[in-house]
Amino acid sequence: MAKTVDQYFDDLRGTRVWRSIFRSGTGSSTLKRALAIQQNVFLHLFSTKVRTRMLGFSATWYLGTLTLGTFLILVATGIPLMLYYHPSAPQAYADTKDLQFVVSSGLFLRNLHRWSAHCMVFLVFAHMFKVFYRGAYRAPREFNWVIGVILLLMTLLLSYTGYLLPWDQLAYWAITVGSNIASAVPLMGNKIRFLMLGGNAVNANALLRFYVLHCMILPLTAMFFVAIHFWRIRKDGGLYSHASEPATLRANAASSDTTAKEAQ
Amino acid sequence: MPDETKPANPDNAVDRRQFFAKLGLGSLGIAAAGTAAFAYQFLEPNVLYEPSPVVNAGKPDRYPLDSVTLDVNSGIYIIHSQEGYFSLSAVCTHLGCLTAWKPELGIIACPCHGSKFKQNGEKIEGPAPRPLPWKRIWLNDDGDLLVDRSTDVPPLQRDSFVRV
Repeated sequence: MAKTVDQYFDDLRGTRVWRSIFRSGTGSSTLKRALAIQQNVFLHLFSTKVRTRMLGFSATWYLGTLTLGTFLILVATGIPLMLYYHPSAPQAYADTKDLQFVVSSGLFLRNLHRWSAHCMVFLVFAHMFKVFYRGAYRAPREFNWVIGVILLLMTLLLSYTGYLLPWDQLAYWAITVGSNIASAVPLMGNKIRFLMLGGNAVNANALLRFYVLHCMILPLTAMFFVAIHFWRIRKDGGLYSHASEPATLRANAASSDTTAKEAQ
Repeated sequence: MPDETKPANPDNAVDRRQFFAKLGLGSLGIAAAGTAAFAYQFLEPNVLYEPSPVVNAGKPDRYPLDSVTLDVNSGIYIIHSQEGYFSLSAVCTHLGCLTAWKPELGIIACPCHGSKFKQNGEKIEGPAPRPLPWKRIWLNDDGDLLVDRSTDVPPLQRDSFVRV
C-alpha cells in the first residue's frame, strides 16, 4: 500500500537529522504537542495551550498579530530597499527616484514598505483601543500595557525617522518642524535637537543619523520589546478572557454560594 | 579562633567580601559614568560642515527702494526701506519653516501653520511666539552687503540699518 503524505511527513520527523533539530519528535499526544511549542525558541514565547474561543476573531480582532505581520513585511521590504539607497545628500533623493523608476520591482517594494508603515501605525492604535476597551490592560497585565506603550513610541519613531529618508521637500520640512518641536523640551531642548540632527540644521549628518536609527537601532529595540511583549502574554495568564479572569471566577463562586444557602 | 580575627566594632565593620563587592560595584559605576560621557562626546560633532553664518548679499543697488527680497538658500530677507537697508531672518519662530513675502498683501506669511508678520518682523497673527529677528547687516570694503545670521540686533534701532 502506498504511503500517504502524512506518513511521509511522520517518517521525516522520525529521522535523526530532524530529531537533532526538533527534540519533541513525532506523535500528536497532548504532551508531544506541548513540547513542540515549549522546546522551540520562537514558539516558547507563547502559551502551550490556548482556548479555541480565544483564537476566534471577536476575541482580539487579530490586531496584535496583524501588527506583527506589517512589521515583518516592513523588515522584508526594507532590507532590499537598503541595497539601492545611499544615505547621503543629495544622492538619497536620486536613489529614491531610481527605486521608483529604474530598479525592477523597486516601485512595488517601496510602495509596500510605505503602505505597511501606514497600516502598522493604524493597527497599533487599533490594538491599543481594543485592549483598552476590553479592560485587558488591568492586573496582572499592567506591565504588558507599559511595554505596549514603548512599542507605540518605537512605531512612531520608526515612522518619523523613515519620513526623512526620501530627502524630498516634504521630508525636509517635516523633519525641520519635528526637530524644532523636540527643541521645546525645557532646558535641554536645543541640545536634544543638536544631538538628534548632528548639527544645527537638517543636513547630511541628520540624514545619516536618521538612517542608522531607522534601519538598525529602532528595529532592534522594537524586536527586543516585541519578544518581551509576547512572552508576557503567557506569563500574565494568556489572552484576556473576561469569563476566566480570577475576579470573575471569584464573583461567580460567591454568588453561587449565596444561591446555595438560599436554597437550603 | 576566627572570632579573634574579627574587628572589635562589628556594627560598622566591612568584611573583606563586602569591601571587594563595594570596590567592584564602585568601579563598574565609574566605568558606566565614563562610558556615558564618552557616548555623549562621540554623539556631539566637533566639526560641522555647515555654511558660514555670514552671507554676502551683493551690492545694495540690487534692492530697489521699498522692496523685500528673500534669499531662499540663506533664509534671510534683505529689505530696502525708507530708513535704509535691514535684514530679517526668514525662518519662522514657530517651528522653523521658511516664510515668504506676499507683495499683494504687504506681509510675510509662513506656509506651515499660518503665522503672519509685518515687513519689520513684528507678528500680526498665528502661533509664532516671537517676531522675526533682525540680523546684523553691514557694508564690506568692496561695497557688498554682508549679513551675519548668527547675530541678532534690536529691531528698528538706528544701528540696525545700513544707509548707503
